[in-house]
Amino acid sequence: MTDKIMPLADAVRRLVKDGQTVALEGFTHLIPTAAGHEIIRQKRRDLTLVRMTPDIVYDQMIGMGCAKKVIFSWGGNPGVGSLHRFRDAIQNGWPNAVAISEHSHADMAGRYQAGASGLPFSVLRGYVGSDLPKHNPEIKTITCPFTGEVLAATPAINPDVTVIHAQKADRKGNVLVHGIVGIQKEAVLAAKAAIVTVEEIVDDLEAPMNACVLPHWVLDAICEVPMGAHPSYAHGYYERDNAFCKEWDGISKERERFLEWMKAHVLGTPNHAQFLAYAGIR
Amino acid sequence: MSHPGYTPSEIMTIEAARRLSNGTVCFVGIGLPSAAANLARLTHAPEVVLIYESGTIGAKPDVLPLSIGDGELAEYADTVVSVPEIFRYWLQGGRVDVGFLGAAQIDKFGNINSTIIGDDYAKPKVRLPGAGGAPEIASNAKETWIIIKQSPRTFVEKLDFLTSVGHYEGGDSRQRSGARGAGPTAVITDHGVLVPDPVTKELVLAALHPGVTEEQARAMTGWPLKVANQVAAIAPPTQLELVTLRDLHVRTARAHGTSSTNE
Repeated sequence: MTDKIMPLADAVRRLVKDGQTVALEGFTHLIPTAAGHEIIRQKRRDLTLVRMTPDIVYDQMIGMGCAKKVIFSWGGNPGVGSLHRFRDAIQNGWPNAVAISEHSHADMAGRYQAGASGLPFSVLRGYVGSDLPKHNPEIKTITCPFTGEVLAATPAINPDVTVIHAQKADRKGNVLVHGIVGIQKEAVLAAKAAIVTVEEIVDDLEAPMNACVLPHWVLDAICEVPMGAHPSYAHGYYERDNAFCKEWDGISKERERFLEWMKAHVLGTPNHAQFLAYAGIR
Repeated sequence: MSHPGYTPSEIMTIEAARRLSNGTVCFVGIGLPSAAANLARLTHAPEVVLIYESGTIGAKPDVLPLSIGDGELAEYADTVVSVPEIFRYWLQGGRVDVGFLGAAQIDKFGNINSTIIGDDYAKPKVRLPGAGGAPEIASNAKETWIIIKQSPRTFVEKLDFLTSVGHYEGGDSRQRSGARGAGPTAVITDHGVLVPDPVTKELVLAALHPGVTEEQARAMTGWPLKVANQVAAIAPPTQLELVTLRDLHVRTARAHGTSSTNE
């Protein structure tokens, strides 16, 4: 049990392989940025990256050549603007061509639920009148056998690996997530393997009844990575670094400056603690 | 346009805020809808229920969130639920009175685009962030409001991409499409307010902000704009409205570490 608690580099080395379908989830809150950096350091390639809101973490992974496809529902830098690396990959194929599969939030959430539920597809009253189904063959319709209503149907998501960040784990590896819990539970339960980075490992989770706890036996690796969500936030630990999210716009706009920044900050540092120190964060 | 003492953006936000009342359950998009909804909450509608797609129900942020999932939203919410729950139980389940959206483009039937600019999906001129929660908000809320600055680039004859349905092809086509709710009942712009014709569902200019003329509104619309027989005059902002909105923006700017903006 406790042998699941390991350094993040080991977890990525063991569990994340080239060509896999990988989901890094966290809906604005608890984004597993440190894990994204480690995947970049270990130079994983040809990943199909799933994420409702590909933001800075996927901008970095796409720009560093980790992705061949992105499955998503809202691709921007929230409150700031575009994801320049994501756009450059879609529009110009830099650093490599990236295919997209575009959905809506309600649909992506349902697809993870279907995956976690062991069902082949998700159903929703969605995409009515929208052009999205014309451009995405994964959005189909199904007729309700009881009412005759035509509804949208989309395939379940079952990532090879899901990675999330959470507040804390206990020494057995049970994980507590609180605040905006997003889609993390569904994304973990839908996956064949799961890595969780946490702010701290504690003796007792002190989880209130009905809290969102992921038991150690549905997880494969638990890694203690303080500030592992930066520039996202961990409720109760630190706030969202909105200033950095705005700075990212300038860093990521041009290919050269982006590469320079990534080389110095991510490839040039051996782990997240060193990254934070180098970047002067906290 | 001459606006003594306030900007077109401010009157747009204020007029949108005035439409929300106590007890209304409003599913709020980020940006302009969020500013308007919180202005309503801080002035005449303290009991308005604000829902954000991050799963925060009854959110009461002290500053405007930069992202849809800022901690500020969770901190003071009545409850925080998961993302699948917010969309399945609360939105699709029919609990939302008003879906409040922004967009990059709108057409005369209130359909909106937030996906691409350009006519080729595979090779867009501009890749926008995409749908997010909008397609299901637009087709499941009891009604929707859209807040958008009016210009020939945003008010277009034909959308580059239909992301989220409004009155679809007009008439009863929305109902026949399987969408729930009444669709767009108000489009609030920096020029005035448009509402759908009861039969054709085409947007009609129904009210103008102080100092704005019909001709100006027409010039900022990419289709031949229909105008109501009686165009209402929107009241200028009160001191309370303006001061509350500006305080909110100042607090927000301070919290996010940038200069104040009305966007």
